[in-house]
Amino acid sequence: MLKRQHMPIFVTIALFAFMFIAGSFRYTGFFSAQVLLNLFIDNAFLLIVAIGMTFVIISGGIDLSVGSVIALTTMISSTLLQDGWSPVFVIPLVLLLGLLFGGAMGAIIHYFKIQPFIVTLAGMFLARGLCYVISTNTITINHAFYTAVAQTKVTLPGGNFVSISVLIALLVFAAAFYMAHYTRFGRNTYALGGNEQSSVLMGLPVARTKIGVYMFSGFCSALAGVVFTFYMLSGYGLHAIGMELDAIAAVVIGGTLLTGGFGYLAGTLFGVLIQGVIQTIISFEGTLSSWWTRIVIGLLLFFFILLQKLFSSRGPLQRNIALDGKKD
Amino acid sequence: MKHHLFWPVTLLALLLLFNLLYDPSFFSIKIRDGRLYGSLIDILNFGAPLMLVAIGMTLVIATKGIDLSVGSIVAITGAMACMTISKGTDQNSLGLVAMAVIMALGLSLLLGLWNGFLVAGIGIQPIIATLILMVAGRGIAQLITNGQIITLNSGNYKYIGAGDLFRLPFSIFIVAVVFGAAVLLTRRTAIGMFIESVGNKPVASRLAGIRAKSVMIAAYLFCGLCAGIAGLILSSNVSSADGNNAGLWYELDAILAVVIGGTSLNGGRFYLAGTVIGALIIQTLTTTIYVINVSPEITLVVKAFVVLVVCLIQSESFRQAIVSRWKTRRYPAEKETTRHA
Repeated sequence: MLKRQHMPIFVTIALFAFMFIAGSFRYTGFFSAQVLLNLFIDNAFLLIVAIGMTFVIISGGIDLSVGSVIALTTMISSTLLQDGWSPVFVIPLVLLLGLLFGGAMGAIIHYFKIQPFIVTLAGMFLARGLCYVISTNTITINHAFYTAVAQTKVTLPGGNFVSISVLIALLVFAAAFYMAHYTRFGRNTYALGGNEQSSVLMGLPVARTKIGVYMFSGFCSALAGVVFTFYMLSGYGLHAIGMELDAIAAVVIGGTLLTGGFGYLAGTLFGVLIQGVIQTIISFEGTLSSWWTRIVIGLLLFFFILLQKLFSSRGPLQRNIALDGKKD
Repeated sequence: MKHHLFWPVTLLALLLLFNLLYDPSFFSIKIRDGRLYGSLIDILNFGAPLMLVAIGMTLVIATKGIDLSVGSIVAITGAMACMTISKGTDQNSLGLVAMAVIMALGLSLLLGLWNGFLVAGIGIQPIIATLILMVAGRGIAQLITNGQIITLNSGNYKYIGAGDLFRLPFSIFIVAVVFGAAVLLTRRTAIGMFIESVGNKPVASRLAGIRAKSVMIAAYLFCGLCAGIAGLILSSNVSSADGNNAGLWYELDAILAVVIGGTSLNGGRFYLAGTVIGALIIQTLTTTIYVINVSPEITLVVKAFVVLVVCLIQSESFRQAIVSRWKTRRYPAEKETTRHA
């Protein structure tokens, strides 16, 4: 028997399967394990960002700064590498910076009770601005380690391959899955998103959880930035513009409630894959232009938000509360 | 309690004072080719689209909503108007330009209605509901222009964004009319009170006999229209439509202007004059950064700190933290005495 709460995630998976099968029938060469793996290769950074975003959204917040943090990470990495730093120091440093950046935003959100939307918006401006302060040009990376990682193909049984970035992304996914469902931090995050006041009254560590969630998102963004650096082999202030929207879209398509308290990481994984499939189909079609991606993602967003509404509204009372806004 | 315009006006005055000290010629206004020129005029002229979008955004935020799609609407209306004109045989004909303007504004109303329907009709959170159009909107704009940057050669259309009337840029008059209409509608009729009431408590307003949903939809309609006009000004100023970059970051600047103007994001109160000053502050900041020869990219960093400081000042818990620290430092025994009194 299917549980009502699992419905949205099954819809997401079914949609992904349908799109992939439809693509396979329509285009020759679409149905192969490598096309599937390419979805991971091309969207590894998006998956990592979306995982962090999932935690933030489940906790009832939102993080608009992720795209800018990615850009800042590529910028700092490429500048430091150019100055002759070793990747052994650069990568931990940018990850730490991401962690601190997210933590600072979380602290401001929690202690001064400012809406996460505005605080992370300021974070977005700040990170993007700092990129330009470092340099307004593209800085290419030709460090041996980075090019090696970028070009390494991990061959799977059957002759297909994935990149190292995919392995990182899957590792993050596994860790996040464990964190969400088998640790106190995960449970606290769900409780916090369900109702903050109740969480306080229950004696849950709200401050620690909230700041932790944003720290995790900052860390994921920085890690995605590192992966993005592998992918692009350059640092640029205009990298990853609009990535926050892609990440939020992936989370919503994955069935996570934007009001917080409900959602699954597995859904986010498929949300990312669906975006990848749309791009792949459009590139296979050839005649369709790239802007159709945005329109289709917008339509899917609409469809899934409507679906959420259908599954979450229980009666006239509930609807009134929903209209009243959850921030009271 | 200070007047609600105290902080915005102080901030703007400080910025202008800084410019005066840095370069006195900042305030000089010359007449060239029968038109006034100067940094102050530039601020008004280039700030016009932002002021318009921010005025619309104010009313939406007053209903406890938010409209993230304004940047996309700016791009779509610009694309729509330019496409209509470029298809015509005589680009300069007044009829064609009028039709383009009407089509573009009609489209912007439609998009506003869509947002309003999602928020009030279906009951989706405003951030999310408008996010849909924000994501899809740039795609739609590129669909209209077929992915190209359309350039026009239409003097009549260019007049909207770059023409001048009574020696002042025409766009300033558009802003004045929209601002005047908004103030009249909200402060001289009951609509303003309805909006604030809905922003405070939609359910209570409905029980008190206000059509909460209609008020919300009206706010989004107005916001869409304002964004549409801004789109016309922006595209006509450069005589081209760029689906990808027109109106980029406008939603953020507009929200920032509203917040600086003293309107709380929690809804229920709004200050249109504050918003206009907020938009002027942002534009002055941008101009100032150009004038003092710092690389313009640093604007974003400055903006980030302005957002943060303004929000911190607005935040109750931050003020309490500051005040209590100050008090305990000055009067350590105060708490004791009140307790025993």
